[in-house]
Amino acid sequence: MGIKTLDTIKKGTYFTIEKLPSGIIKVQLIRLGISVGDTIFCLGRLPGGTIIVQKNRQEIAIGYELARSIFVKIKIT
Amino acid sequence: MKDVIEHKEHHLHLENVLLSGTGGGIQKIVLVGNPNVGKSLFFNYLSGTYVDVSNFPGTTVSITKGFYKNSEVYDTPGVYGVSSFNDEEKVARDIILEADIVINVINSLHLERDLFLTLQLIDMGKKISVFLNFSDELIKRKIKIDTEKLSELLGVPVYETSAVKKIGFEKLDEAIATAKVGIQPDGLHHVLHETLNRVGSQAEALLITEGDEFTAAKHGIPCGSGDDREFIYIERRNRVNEVVSSVEREDSPKGLFFNALGKYSLNPITGIPILLVMLTVLYFFIGDFVSQRVVNFTEKTIGKKYFEYYLKSYVANYTPSEIAVTLKDEADPANRIRIYTFKENLKKDSKKEQEFKHVSRDENAVVDFKFSNWMAKLLFGEFGIISMTITYLLFLLLPLVSAFYFAMALMEDSGYLPRLATMLDRMMNRIGLNGRAVIPILLGFGCVTMAAITTRLLGSEREKTIATAILMYVIPCSAQLAVIAVLLSGAGIAPLLIYVTVIFSTLVVISTTLNKFLPGQSTPLLIDLPIMRLPRLDNAFKKTFFRAYGFMKEASVWFFVGALAVGLLDIAGMLTVFQDILAPVTTHWLKLPKAAATAFVMGVVRRDFGAAGLFGLHLMPMQITVALITITLFVPCIAAFIIMIKERGVKEGLIIWFSAWVFAFLIGGIVAQIII
Repeated sequence: MGIKTLDTIKKGTYFTIEKLPSGIIKVQLIRLGISVGDTIFCLGRLPGGTIIVQKNRQEIAIGYELARSIFVKIKIT
Repeated sequence: MKDVIEHKEHHLHLENVLLSGTGGGIQKIVLVGNPNVGKSLFFNYLSGTYVDVSNFPGTTVSITKGFYKNSEVYDTPGVYGVSSFNDEEKVARDIILEADIVINVINSLHLERDLFLTLQLIDMGKKISVFLNFSDELIKRKIKIDTEKLSELLGVPVYETSAVKKIGFEKLDEAIATAKVGIQPDGLHHVLHETLNRVGSQAEALLITEGDEFTAAKHGIPCGSGDDREFIYIERRNRVNEVVSSVEREDSPKGLFFNALGKYSLNPITGIPILLVMLTVLYFFIGDFVSQRVVNFTEKTIGKKYFEYYLKSYVANYTPSEIAVTLKDEADPANRIRIYTFKENLKKDSKKEQEFKHVSRDENAVVDFKFSNWMAKLLFGEFGIISMTITYLLFLLLPLVSAFYFAMALMEDSGYLPRLATMLDRMMNRIGLNGRAVIPILLGFGCVTMAAITTRLLGSEREKTIATAILMYVIPCSAQLAVIAVLLSGAGIAPLLIYVTVIFSTLVVISTTLNKFLPGQSTPLLIDLPIMRLPRLDNAFKKTFFRAYGFMKEASVWFFVGALAVGLLDIAGMLTVFQDILAPVTTHWLKLPKAAATAFVMGVVRRDFGAAGLFGLHLMPMQITVALITITLFVPCIAAFIIMIKERGVKEGLIIWFSAWVFAFLIGGIVAQIII
């Protein structure tokens, strides 16, 4: 159960955020409700690697490059 | 900064100052909220005016001001927080700093997202009232929010509303009267203390500590480090989570809203067929219905046959003219074109005038006025600043632009557009853009000028440059597209394939090259996907009206300026000079008839003029292919050029414009050498 990057997460898994990239993008993520320690659900992974996640009822699309810089831990439910 | 002691004194009285507003001036009420929370409907209710209401992040960039009773009301662009990450935030930040009372509108379905902004507003020390919008949706989805508890935890009044159904608006008066400063975390004042002493406003002190460079620069002090901001943000996020978990309850365990269409439109495998269906519908609506039928009527009939005809014959009453009337139905070719020359003016030769008026009233008559007086020519001639520009703006561009805005409004309101942006994100990444750039590119097929204005919503200068370059080099606007379609459909399959392949490859090569060599980084996609819903027609109509109006207001003047420039060139004989210069390139390099040069020069004025100039040339299919490739890659129309200069600066604008000449003739020529 190691730490992975978000782009490798499979559809339908819950995961927690371990580390976010720094800079403005981090702040934007925090505002959308994605911050370290949060539990988030992976709704799907599009061909090419764009990730769709869901935090509570909010769906958010995260570009591949951004997803690669977000470190997460899969949650066993 | 010099009187630290005085400021300290000031600090002691700060809370009183905050509670009593700015004192003296008119009370400022500012509506604040995340994108898509229904703020604008609140504004409409308060001020009685309509504002652009949309379901796509990033559409309201300016502030709208109105009046309610004795107060000023401001609507702000939707933001996720107060700071300076993009234009919307900068605009919102400035007006929020000045606010006496903040009405914070929240989407009840997204409490955990929206409360972040609410807590920031509370930390800024603003007097606020909170409206939980979409409360009807809560009932539908069996979610319960304990409003009283929320109000207690935040320390500010909280009201439930459904703005779309106009429920709960009656509480606004009370909300304005009872707005108050909320409960701030214990440690906050300790963190802000030092900065607060220096700037004297809690709101500004908070922004500076959160690393807002603009506010810090305003006071000439260094802004907080990234660590400070992160600390505050994470602490705030935790508070939001705590608040949400203690006020929200879902009765139904399956709260996930599953929307099949929304889901399928995200994945390219299913999303591309959905996109193709959308594009086909769009084609029939815009390409066939509006740009053929509607525009034919508005431009040819209203514009040319009535407006220009009456305007010009009126002018001919006062100045010498030569009028050519072409009768398409006339059986005898010798009789088809009739020329009436009035050496002084129409009235001086009433017999000829009567004959001209009789002949020109024929159903299918095409009337061409030529004025010899230079002033008359400049204002009312072929490129007349008044005649051509008004026909163009009102009878060609307005219907087209409205149709495009209407289609966009429907796609926005349904929640489809952010999903389209997401689906195309990876493809757009290859050319240095992210999925959001799909909006200006799509609009470019309507009007490149309109699209060039929309590049503003992109995240970085780099992306704005790439998108503008793509629009100016390769995207044919609808006016040009119509002519291209007619010419290509007559030319056969091979020309169509060559044309599409060459244009598409040029797009790929130019944009990947720019992506490779332009310095800086493009912003990644991070977009929230609103709920899919059936678009509301009245909303789409209103939005179309206001955007089309905004576009006409912003761009019209540049069409007049462009027409003036071309008119002066024409009078000075420069257009003929250009045609002569281009002639050898046209005949030898592009292997086209000499007259095609005229079409290119006309293309500088209006892109469809360029393409339309090819109609009468009796070209072979392969020549048509070369001519269309060259014309498509050729410079944008004069209005788009001016808007580009305005948006992207003189240097970048000129580089793009001149290189379009080079690309058009280079690529057109290479294709000509191979296929002709």
